[in-house]
This record gives sequence, C-alpha cells and structure tokens, in this order.
Amino acid sequence: MAKELEKRSRSGSLGQLLVPIIALALIAVFNLFRDPSFFSVGMTNDSQGNPVLTGNLISILNGASELAIISMGMTLVTASSKGQDISVGAIAAIAGSVFVKFLSGGDITGLSVTLGIILCCLVAMLCGAFNGALVAYFNIQPMIATLILYTTGRSIAYWINGGATPTVSSPIITAIGGFIPGCPIPTPVFVVIVFGVLFWLIFRFTNLRLYTQAVGINQDAARLNGINPQTVKMLTFIVLGLCSAVAGVIAVSRLSLINHETILLEIEMDAILAVAIGGNSLAGGKFTVVGSVLGAYAIQALTTTLYAMRVPSTAVKAYKAVVIILIVIIGSPVVKDAVNRMMAKRRQKTAAAKGE
Amino acid sequence: MKRFLVLMLAAFMCFALAACSSDSTESSASASEEASAEATEDAAAEATEEASAEATTDDAAAEATEEASAGENADTNAGVNTTGETITVGIINNPPSESGYREANVKDFEEMFSAENGYDAKTFYSLKNDEQLSAAQQFITDGVDYLLISAAETTGWDSVLESAKENGIGVFLFDRMIDTDEDNYEAAVVSDMPAEGDTAVTWLLEQPLDEYNVVHIQGVMGSDAQLGRTAALDNAAAEGKVNIVVQQTASWDEAEAKKIVEAAINSGDSFNVIYAENDGMARGAVAALDEAGITHGTNGDVIIMGFDTNKWALQELLNGNWNYDGQCSPFQAAAIAEMIMDLENGGTIASKKVVSEEKGLDAATITAEDVDTYGIGS
Repeated sequence: MAKELEKRSRSGSLGQLLVPIIALALIAVFNLFRDPSFFSVGMTNDSQGNPVLTGNLISILNGASELAIISMGMTLVTASSKGQDISVGAIAAIAGSVFVKFLSGGDITGLSVTLGIILCCLVAMLCGAFNGALVAYFNIQPMIATLILYTTGRSIAYWINGGATPTVSSPIITAIGGFIPGCPIPTPVFVVIVFGVLFWLIFRFTNLRLYTQAVGINQDAARLNGINPQTVKMLTFIVLGLCSAVAGVIAVSRLSLINHETILLEIEMDAILAVAIGGNSLAGGKFTVVGSVLGAYAIQALTTTLYAMRVPSTAVKAYKAVVIILIVIIGSPVVKDAVNRMMAKRRQKTAAAKGE
Repeated sequence: MKRFLVLMLAAFMCFALAACSSDSTESSASASEEASAEATEDAAAEATEEASAEATTDDAAAEATEEASAGENADTNAGVNTTGETITVGIINNPPSESGYREANVKDFEEMFSAENGYDAKTFYSLKNDEQLSAAQQFITDGVDYLLISAAETTGWDSVLESAKENGIGVFLFDRMIDTDEDNYEAAVVSDMPAEGDTAVTWLLEQPLDEYNVVHIQGVMGSDAQLGRTAALDNAAAEGKVNIVVQQTASWDEAEAKKIVEAAINSGDSFNVIYAENDGMARGAVAALDEAGITHGTNGDVIIMGFDTNKWALQELLNGNWNYDGQCSPFQAAAIAEMIMDLENGGTIASKKVVSEEKGLDAATITAEDVDTYGIGS
C-alpha cells in the first residue's frame, strides 16, 4: 500500500494534490495552535427558528462555494487553452443581472426561479462561447480574449439591471443562498457537491478529460489523432460560463441583491490562484479538478483565519500575500525537485545500509 | 460552422457595443421619464414647469421668478435659467454605472441642466482622468459658458482649469475636490465625509446602551468615504466612548461583510452595534445575523447602521430592521445652478466650498415620505 502511494506520488496523481493538502494542513495546524475553538461547530436557530449549523468550518465550506465552482471550470479552461479566463466575475455579474431581471417582473415561484436559472445559464454559456470562439478560432491569447468581457461585462450587467443594486426577495431565493428550512447545512455546499459529482460523472463516462489534456499538451498532435482542438476549447469555455452563472446565482441569492460592481469581486484572480494552488500547471496539460477545489477552500480558510485573528484591515492583504507566496513556493517545481532528490538520496542510503 | 461562429461573434459584439453606448441614452431617457412623472406628483414641481414654460417668452421672465419664489418649496425653482438665453454647460463626471451614488448624481445633473430649465448641457462620462481632461479641453474649445467637473483623479487639472479661466469659462467642481489653486474655480460643492461620520457617531452615542461594542465594516481602504466615516468612529473609540470589537475592510463588498460578521459571531465576540460604511455591507452583516438567529433593528439586540440612503435600505429602516442610515447627498446640481444664476445676474459667490446638507435618518422617526425624498435608486 505504501509502495503504491509512493508510486502514485511519483507518477503525479497524488503529487499534484500534495500542494493543496499541505496548504490546508498548514492553515489547520496554525489554527490548532492559535485557538482550537476555531474548529468548533455548533447548532443554533436562525431568525426563522430553523436549526442551522454554525462555526468557522461551516463558514469556510459555505463561503468558498462560488470560488470552488468557478475554479472547477477554470481548471478545464487552463488545461485546454494554456491560459486563463479573467472574465468570470463579469460573466457572473451578467448572469446574476439576468436572473434578477427575469424574476423582478412578476411573482416568484419555483417554476420562475428554475426558468430564471436556466435563462441566465444560457446567457452565461453564450458569453463563454464568445470567449471560447475568440480563443479557439481566432487563436487569441485567452487573457486578451477574455479581457473584452472583463472590461465591459459589469457595464453590461448594469445596463441589464437598469440601475444600481436592484433587490429581489423571496423565500425561495433565500433558500438557494442560505438554508433550506429544516436543513442545517447551507444550500451552496450542496450545489458544490452536485457540481463535483457532475464533473466526476462526465470524466468517468466521456473522454473529455483525455481530450482536454491532449489538446493542452500538444494541440497539433491531438488534431492528428482525430481530436478537434477547437471544439474542445470551445467546450471548456462554455462549461466555465455555466460555472460562472451558477456562482452568480448563488452570490445574488445570498443577499437577495445584485450589485454589478461588487458581485464576486476579483473572483477571477482567486480562481486562477485556486487552480495554481491545486497543483495544476498554468501552462495547460494535465489537471486535477479536486486540487483546484481544495485550493479554493484553502483560500477561503486563509481569509476566515485572518478575520478570526482580527488582523488590522490595512494589513490583511499583506498577510494574505505572505501566506500565498509561501504556498506557491512550496508548490514550485524547484522545491518539488529538491524534495524528490532528497527522498531519492534517502532511499539510496537506506538501500545501501540494507545491503551492508 | 466557422461562418456561423463569425456571425454569432459579430452579433455578440454589436450587442456589447450597444449595451455600452446605450448606457447614457438609456439613463437620460429614464431620467426625463421620471422627471415628468415626478412633475405630476407634487405641486412645487408643477410650479417649476410653469415657470420654465413662461421663461421662454422673454418679457415673462420677471413674472416667472415671482411665481417661483411664491411656490411652496422655493428650492425646487432655484437655478432655473431666467436670463432668457440658453446657457451651455459642459458636465464632466464618472459614468453612472460606477455606483448607485453616481447614478443618482448623473441623473440629478441631467434633470437640473435640462432644456426645459434653459440649459444646453454637453456631458462626458469616464473613469479615466486623461479622457476627462481631453473632454474638458474640447468643451473649452466649443466655447461652453460653464464647466462642471467631478474629476476621476485629484491631480493634473491645472493647465485645463487655467485655459478655462483665460477663456472666461466659469468652473464648478462637484462631489470631488481637485488639488489646484482656489482661483482656478468658482466654487466646489462637495460632501463632507468626516461630518457624515460625526453625525452617525453622535446619533449612536445618543442611543441608550450600557456599552457600545461595535463591529466596524470598512469600505475600500483609502477612499474618501472610508477615511471620513472611519475617522469619526476611531475618534470616539480613542476617547473611550465606544469599544470597537472588530474593525475590518470588506472593500464595499456585501458578501465579504457577511463573512466578517460570521467570523465575529464564530469567535464568540459580543457586540451590539454594526457600523457599516455603506448600505450593501450593512445588508451583508444583517444576513449573517439572521443566519445566527441574532435579532437586530428597533426591537433587536444589535443596532444596524449604514450609509448612502439607498431606497431599499430606507425601506429596511421603515420596517424596523435597521436603525440608522447616513445620507451622502448626490444632489449637487441645484446648488451649482443657483450659483450660476447668481453669477449671471451680476452677483458673486460667497464661499469657495459649499458642503451639501446631509442628514442621518433614524428608524424611530423615518416616514414613508422620507424614503421617497432621500432614497436613491429604485
């Protein structure tokens, strides 16, 4: 078993996950020494009298939902196109606006909410297709291609809103962004689980993973083997659009309000960071979605820790930067190689000792 | 397939372009719509319409001013162009999509400097200082009578303002000050952020609480609003009047504010005041309280304070869910128009810096009328 693990770690599948696991462990151990009550989870009643779980762990699981969903899609885009989509926040804003606009017209029922979600998913997938087409068919660098929506997206959201910060209130919306009455676990956590299962099923029963990696590693070789790189790239961007839409709906539902300027602010940078912490190469190729999701939770855990530590607001970004530098250095190829060499040396030594 | 894609792309780009360009036309259309809607609402506004209608005939101008001052609310008529000649103004502002505040601000200027009021307004909206500068230069070349500026940045305006002065164009600053010589502009109409904070803290200290344990949620660090609104609370804390339990920035982000309050609750901190530097963050904080089953508002355990008087926020006050909302007035157009009229009639301007009157709204005294009067947005 140990040998098997070692083999896997060398082959990369566990090795990739090592970085986000170390990051999470670092934060967990730090909190354990700082204040063990950080991990306490309790049960309380919300203002409607429904039982809900509280605690920092729940906060992290809940708060990172949008980031986790977007970083799943971002992983695919990174793997296939060797670049990142920086328009996810803007697309989420557009999707959120469409969602609110659709619902603000009439009565909010289960049906209208479902239709609203479907509609905003379609719009966001169209935005994703726009990005994907620029990248796949016009060979534009992903970051430049998505810069267009990054700069205009929030203005488009404003235009759809027809004004700043429209609100929409309904028990159904509150249930999406908060708790379903009677269920103590926040709904966004379930959405992440559903997305995770969907991704797993897709990877299990289709060739998307193989095709994406093939395109990311060598586009021409993939094409010669009968894979259409354009279609694959398009597909990954459309999937990311869908992820952004769902994240947007969650973000809107949390506060029953859309603010086109602040909704999922700077989530694109956090998502790219999550992908990097997840042990994925930002130059495309092999990827692990699980790693990115763990990376997303690590980022949220870090933020929550800083809040719990009451770091002064002027210094919070500096603290974050220091920790992230640390994590990124741990995950860097240089450190990885050094560790591998050290391990190899030790193995040789023990082998030599055994031989004597 | 390729052809289809290209078509789709083109359509999408058109849509995006339309979306961006129709920003201004859309808002101006809605502005005029609302203007007419409001006009039918109250009698004072009717007087304005009448006044402006009569002002178009030259000899009736004096009569119109008489009628204007006879109206119940004389303020609504102040600033209407009574000279009989159209005054052209160049308005430089940030785009309405910047924030709810800006939206109300832009709308206020478009309503005040309208054709009905005897003005010809040229507008330019950008977040970029250099674009604003070249637009200002263009307005000077076009020969506007007055230049009204809310600058994106406080520096770099000296040469443009001097060239305006050489051409005899009166410059008014609004919302934001510019680092320049006082002689380069007629007057500035601005919000006093520290005063907003002081009003709020004074209100808070009037509340009958044994202790003031405050969770303080800040805006983007270094912004005018953050500095002013934080200073007031920091001063009160330094004097030992309030106890700041948590002080953290959410960068105006509603969702981040919720996480900060969640962390405070999870750490077992006891607090009875939430002082959020804008309405959105107060809303985020309230969502966290609701999930933890902590009561808030007029009959609750925690006092909720916000800023910016969004309409929905005032509605929360009216429902008793919040306690206080501080105004940050985006309505500077009337004050400027009044000063322009003073200048046109040969008068002078008393003060270089005019501070907008801003009040704090209290849940205990707020009325449905206040929500309409002071609320911004829809």
